[in-house]
Amino acid sequence: MGQPIRPAHSRQGEKLLQRLLKGNALLVLMLGLPVFAGIAGTVLPAFGYLPALGGFQFTLAHFEELARQPHMLRSILAGLSAGLITTSAAVAIVATFVAGFAGTRIFARVQHLVSPLLAIPHAAAAFALAFLIAPSGFLLRLISPEMTGFMRPPDWLLPNDPLALSMVAGLITKEVPFLFLVTLAALPQLPVRSSGQLTEALGYGRLCGFLISLWPALYRQIRLPVFAVLVYSLSVVDVAMILGPQLPATLPVRIIEWAADQGLSPRFLASAGALLHLAVVLAAMAIWIVLERLGRSALAVLTYSGRRFPNDAALRIASALAMAACAALIFMGLALLAVWSVAGLWQFPDAVPANLTSRIWLRTLPQIWEPLRMTVALGLSASSLALLCTILLLHRNGSAGRNMKATGYKLLYLPLIVPEISFVFGLQILIVSAGLTPAFPSVMAVHFLFVLPYVLLSLSAPWRELDPRFEKIAAGFGKSASEILLTVRLPLLFRACLTALAVGFSVSVGLYLPTLLIGAGRLTTITTEAVALSSGGDRRVIGVYALIQALLPFLAFLVASLAPQLLFRNRRAMRM
Amino acid sequence: MTRRARRFITAAILLLGVAGPAAATDVSDWNAVSAEARGQTVYFNAWGGSENINAYIRWAGDEMNARYDVTVAHVKLDDTAKAVATVVAEKSAGKNEGGAVDLIWINGENFAAMKRQGLLFGPDWTTKLPNWRYVDHESKPTVLKDFTIATDGLESPWGGAKLVFFYDSARTERSELPDSAVGLLKWAEANPGRFSYPQPPDFIGSSFLKQVLIELVDDKAKLDKPVDDATFEADVAPLFSYLDKLTPLLWRKGKAYPQNYPEMKQKLGDGELDIIFAFNPAEASAAIASGELPDSVRSFVFSGGTLANTHFVAIPYNATAKAGALVFANFLLSPEAQLRKQDAQVWGDPTVLSLAKLPAADRSTFEALDLGVATLRPDQLGPALAEPHPDWMTRIEAEWIRRYGAAN
Repeated sequence: MGQPIRPAHSRQGEKLLQRLLKGNALLVLMLGLPVFAGIAGTVLPAFGYLPALGGFQFTLAHFEELARQPHMLRSILAGLSAGLITTSAAVAIVATFVAGFAGTRIFARVQHLVSPLLAIPHAAAAFALAFLIAPSGFLLRLISPEMTGFMRPPDWLLPNDPLALSMVAGLITKEVPFLFLVTLAALPQLPVRSSGQLTEALGYGRLCGFLISLWPALYRQIRLPVFAVLVYSLSVVDVAMILGPQLPATLPVRIIEWAADQGLSPRFLASAGALLHLAVVLAAMAIWIVLERLGRSALAVLTYSGRRFPNDAALRIASALAMAACAALIFMGLALLAVWSVAGLWQFPDAVPANLTSRIWLRTLPQIWEPLRMTVALGLSASSLALLCTILLLHRNGSAGRNMKATGYKLLYLPLIVPEISFVFGLQILIVSAGLTPAFPSVMAVHFLFVLPYVLLSLSAPWRELDPRFEKIAAGFGKSASEILLTVRLPLLFRACLTALAVGFSVSVGLYLPTLLIGAGRLTTITTEAVALSSGGDRRVIGVYALIQALLPFLAFLVASLAPQLLFRNRRAMRM
Repeated sequence: MTRRARRFITAAILLLGVAGPAAATDVSDWNAVSAEARGQTVYFNAWGGSENINAYIRWAGDEMNARYDVTVAHVKLDDTAKAVATVVAEKSAGKNEGGAVDLIWINGENFAAMKRQGLLFGPDWTTKLPNWRYVDHESKPTVLKDFTIATDGLESPWGGAKLVFFYDSARTERSELPDSAVGLLKWAEANPGRFSYPQPPDFIGSSFLKQVLIELVDDKAKLDKPVDDATFEADVAPLFSYLDKLTPLLWRKGKAYPQNYPEMKQKLGDGELDIIFAFNPAEASAAIASGELPDSVRSFVFSGGTLANTHFVAIPYNATAKAGALVFANFLLSPEAQLRKQDAQVWGDPTVLSLAKLPAADRSTFEALDLGVATLRPDQLGPALAEPHPDWMTRIEAEWIRRYGAAN
């Protein structure tokens, strides 16, 4: 041996470093670090320690103060039940629909109808729903006074009802499309047709057959997204402000209010609240796990009972109707927003406005320019950066790309499973403590955090599925790995990259809390403007903002589907 | 250097968080102030919940840009306390220069809090503004005393406010309208579900509580001083027994409240509410002009008087663009800006200037201003009730939330 022997631990260290640089570790750094730093930024002030704001010693005083806040239990329980009901309803609707219709023509149709719903920002969907269901809303105007006799809106507590039912409805319409698309991605890996034929031959109804043969395997695959839905609906702020209860508001909304209060002690209080919210989310997860166990036992009982439930037509139709209702409510609401944005005086119970005017658009457009520019700049930069990182990650993982599924895949959900209020708030405190002024780069970085998982998720499937022979041929010509990436793989995946970019863009457009907290109100986007207008803003102006908010993702997807057509005019196979 | 390049450099400096130390701004040398203001960006932190006000601020910003090369960025708040919180946080973080807030739309307890904690730019700069000479500080006592707290030139008056009620004459008879808080309770008994107020701690909602408190408290002199803990319970007992009776008669039986006064305006238009109120006497006329309310809406006040105050702009002690903020505050006081503000087609907010002090041409344009069909003339607005000490507002808000903060 000519070389000196290096100590073993150093060789191990080198290996570790190499492994760290490869793929997943990079992901850990990018997604994990900010999340855990943010949680630390919440935990320390919750226990009183934040030198920058004059807190030097650890104390439980802020939790005592939290406990003294009026009506805390109500706030927590309302949010907790809303989250659990939303999640169970969304899972039930998607499960029965997939069970009842997988492989049929209706299934394909609904698929096209539901996909665009995912791109519509939560706030826009909430506005759409609010304009429909309020006592002075469109649905009642449509049938009044002819069928109801109402000349004036009835005194019904909708939306903002204390039981949070309207908030649950608003969340369901947005979470059903999400779960549905996640389920669609998981379905091809299951023997849908053969097991369907088998259970049918044994005399099972479609629902029951699907439930006992395929559901357990399917649920395992969509379990993380289901938890993401649970956490999201527990922690949501914008939808809760538009549709949720106000007397008292849910915990996340109250945390935001404390964080904005004058004086310093409310900031410590808000940190303690954010930590409490983390505990509530953990409790909700525990409850959900118990519900999962109960469901599993019930399914086992059903399986061994041998009951076949062959007549399930009513339930299947109900699930199809529920799916369609989600889409119909949102699209009708959006159309209504468009009408409001050009309405003149429009009094109850008129079903149409007395006159139309472009005045609101003309007055609002010049003001909308600045937030619009900010929204597009944030969306494009965050999603481009995310796309770049995604390509880097997928490329580095190379042939090991399949491993992404195992560890990396789970990690992706980290920013989605930790409640955003609990760590984004901490990040804000860290930024303030560091003496930084809220500015574009920090807001963009936080957007990136939420955009990356979605971009990675939407690009990783096409990346894996690309026929490996293209690259093998290129390698045979002696091309290097990066040459192959640039000249073969990326052009072939151009459309998929654009779609991932559009997905990332629409996620960024919809982000409310991170923009509000990290931007400290200085960086206004269409979403923050729209939510700021939500209570009391002129419906016409809200209509303009919500419409633009919903249009942006739509335009992004349009570009993503048109650009390849134009670019590859002379390559028939790549035009689709 | 082009303006764009300069702005880029400013942005870069802000981004790095290393704004250089600003020289002390001397207000008495106005030429120096205007020169220093050139190229600055003023972050104006102002409530952003009303479209016509936002449009007015945008107009003022455009004028500032064209005339003084000052950029105005409106940071739209849903509660002024947020801007106060920002300055408080900056102070305790030791950020005594280069703060994020340059100018705040403020009055009442927020001003009191900032003044008490020494968070305001001073000493007296407002009386040194060139346009101060037009301000009516003789017959408008609230220009110098904000909620009983002396302004000491730390905030510059921007507009007047008077609590005014609105109703739709197509639905409600003029003769049925209440003339006092007690009358309002009787009216609500006859018309359940048709009255409400914005959910405290909304500013206008808390103002309604103060209106009732002033009318019902046994000794009004108590309200000029901070709350006396020993007698607080007894002092507010009439207010809360009133509210206990009123709450079940409110819109949604008091299980939900409008979130601010523009929402009440919407609900008057929808027919959900029959009596609403605002702090701007021209609110209804402006809403009729914009098609939000039918032209049958009219105004009324209580003959015993309603709450009146002045709203101001103030500069935090650590503001980055003090000179720009001063020039903007001065512009907001100009006869031209005040005239446009009072126009019901634009905003309709009453001026703080004295017509007698204005040049003849400006005075006649003010006098010729069409107040709008639903606006009461100044002599019809009734007596002005002074705001209680800010302490009262904080205390009754907390008490309200404790009692009514959870619907049953």
